Amino acid sequence: MTTGARRSIGWRDRGNVALRVLAGTLGAYLVMALTAALLARTLPMSRVEAVTVATMIAYLVAPAVTIWAFLASGPWRALGGVAGVAGLLAIGAWAAGQPA
Amino acid sequence: MRGSAPAALRDGARQCMTWLHGWTGLLLGHVLFLMCLTGTLTVFKAEIGRWMRPETTAIAAPADAIVAATRWLDENTHGSAGWYLTAPDAHQNAVQATYDSDGAYVTRALDPVSGAPVARETLGGEFFYRLHFELELPYPWGRLLASLAAMMMLVALVTGIIAHKRIFKDIFTFRPAKGQRSWLDGHNALGVLALPFHIMITFTGLVTLASVNLPWGIAAGYGADVTTMYSDLAPGSVTRAATGEKAPLAPIAPMLATAQRQFGGAPIGRVYVFNPGDTGAVVVVYPSEAQSIGYMSGEVSFDGATGQMLKAWTEQRAGVRAYQTVYGLHMARFAPDVTRWLYFLGGAMLTMAIATGMVLWTVKRRERAPLSIGNHMLERLNVGVLTGVPIGAVAFLIANRLLPLDMAARAQAEVSAALWTAGAVVLAGLLLRPTIGWPLLLGLLALACACAALLGPVWTIEPGMLTINLMLLGVAGALLPVILRQARRRDRTTPVRHRAVPA
Repeated sequence: MTTGARRSIGWRDRGNVALRVLAGTLGAYLVMALTAALLARTLPMSRVEAVTVATMIAYLVAPAVTIWAFLASGPWRALGGVAGVAGLLAIGAWAAGQPA
Repeated sequence: MRGSAPAALRDGARQCMTWLHGWTGLLLGHVLFLMCLTGTLTVFKAEIGRWMRPETTAIAAPADAIVAATRWLDENTHGSAGWYLTAPDAHQNAVQATYDSDGAYVTRALDPVSGAPVARETLGGEFFYRLHFELELPYPWGRLLASLAAMMMLVALVTGIIAHKRIFKDIFTFRPAKGQRSWLDGHNALGVLALPFHIMITFTGLVTLASVNLPWGIAAGYGADVTTMYSDLAPGSVTRAATGEKAPLAPIAPMLATAQRQFGGAPIGRVYVFNPGDTGAVVVVYPSEAQSIGYMSGEVSFDGATGQMLKAWTEQRAGVRAYQTVYGLHMARFAPDVTRWLYFLGGAMLTMAIATGMVLWTVKRRERAPLSIGNHMLERLNVGVLTGVPIGAVAFLIANRLLPLDMAARAQAEVSAALWTAGAVVLAGLLLRPTIGWPLLLGLLALACACAALLGPVWTIEPGMLTINLMLLGVAGALLPVILRQARRRDRTTPVRHRAVPA
């Protein structure tokens, strides 16, 4: 049974897992970092408060992204979804600008 | 094993989460085990320090001890950039000091009355505290690896919850002596029973290392100007450069009295002296952390040369208080004795959950098919690391009693003893057959614990030392039935239980 299962793994399945791991690790960190950046610039508090609160909230985002990367219906969808969210966050953070 | 990945992805969410839980737990599992064990020991950092300095029995009020310490440092250090002092409290009697003299930084415990370093040079509980998040690696790599492991842990916890069918029932389920089933039951009970603690401690742990692992919020808000961020975070703390002109340090006692009034009567916690002996000297005083959950809840700065108060700050900004509370929840310095024991218990359960999870990985795979070469190595690495880390920790205590008092670099020799012992045990675990390795090395751990308690000495009645002795004896006692069972199992002719065999 084991050998049968082993034989059935092709490059397709390996690629599937590799892409999801990429989305779930580097992708999740990217989303987490950009969430921290966007919130640090937009939360309605003093600068240092916005930075600390933004950082704490960002940690909660990463596990959600990792799990979603493995639950998404396809590997490209996982990677695309993570990239899309990261892009939106980056645009938002860039548009908000560094607070004075 | 490798085949299970894509299959799991096809088999639905729960299997997928079980797969992810296994891998995120496995990859840095040994690092997590080390972090959890040393973190759990750090709950009793002060008591461990007390155990490791049995000759230091003097007791002084926090402010008096700081005065004594600064007097000694003033006379015995040269060209210091900073003295970082932690006052004694209800848990430990020595002043914890990190300072530089002639360019070299040292960490020493200072006698609360004489202010001089104590006779038995040791890092004490500070060793476990540092090891917990720096992993004996140079900055920032240790903290980065610890952060990565903590991130994996957070994912493993969340996926572990999703992988569960009946989370409440698992608390009450334990079916002993049934191979994989028993390991899984034990792993589940340990993981689920203290689950809120596990999630809290992992999340707050990540936050304590935020400036290393997630500096992007700071970068977005402050750019490269980190200095402004730190002064915004602690507005009562003054930083200024040394002028190069000499000036004696003004008397510390009046500054401490002023600071204590500023803290509403709370005792002194920490005192940092920057550029002592210079006209640019600054003394920053923080209140004791035993007073509230929030860490560093205010500070007062004084001009070191004139003794004049420069700035005072009591933290009331909601966002910063939230951050300090999250930080303080991890450090547990606020915790009264009962809460400390709960932290210890929670930490011990998390450590055991990681250990059982690591063992479960190979037990589960062996019941399906013969182990692959990688899993054979993992099985042996488990034996080595899961016994080597605690044996190394106990070796640190034993070295503290056996090394001569006047030895050069004594504190570092204790650390070396711990690391070399742990390394040797890991090697032994890799070389021995697991059926021999487990009972032998667990037996060594029990023996080491008993030896350390005897060297305590075992008849001590000092509360802090007695606590450590009893814990050592408790571990040794709890291990005995496990070792006996392991040894008996070795005699059995069929050590592996196969699924195919009808029950």
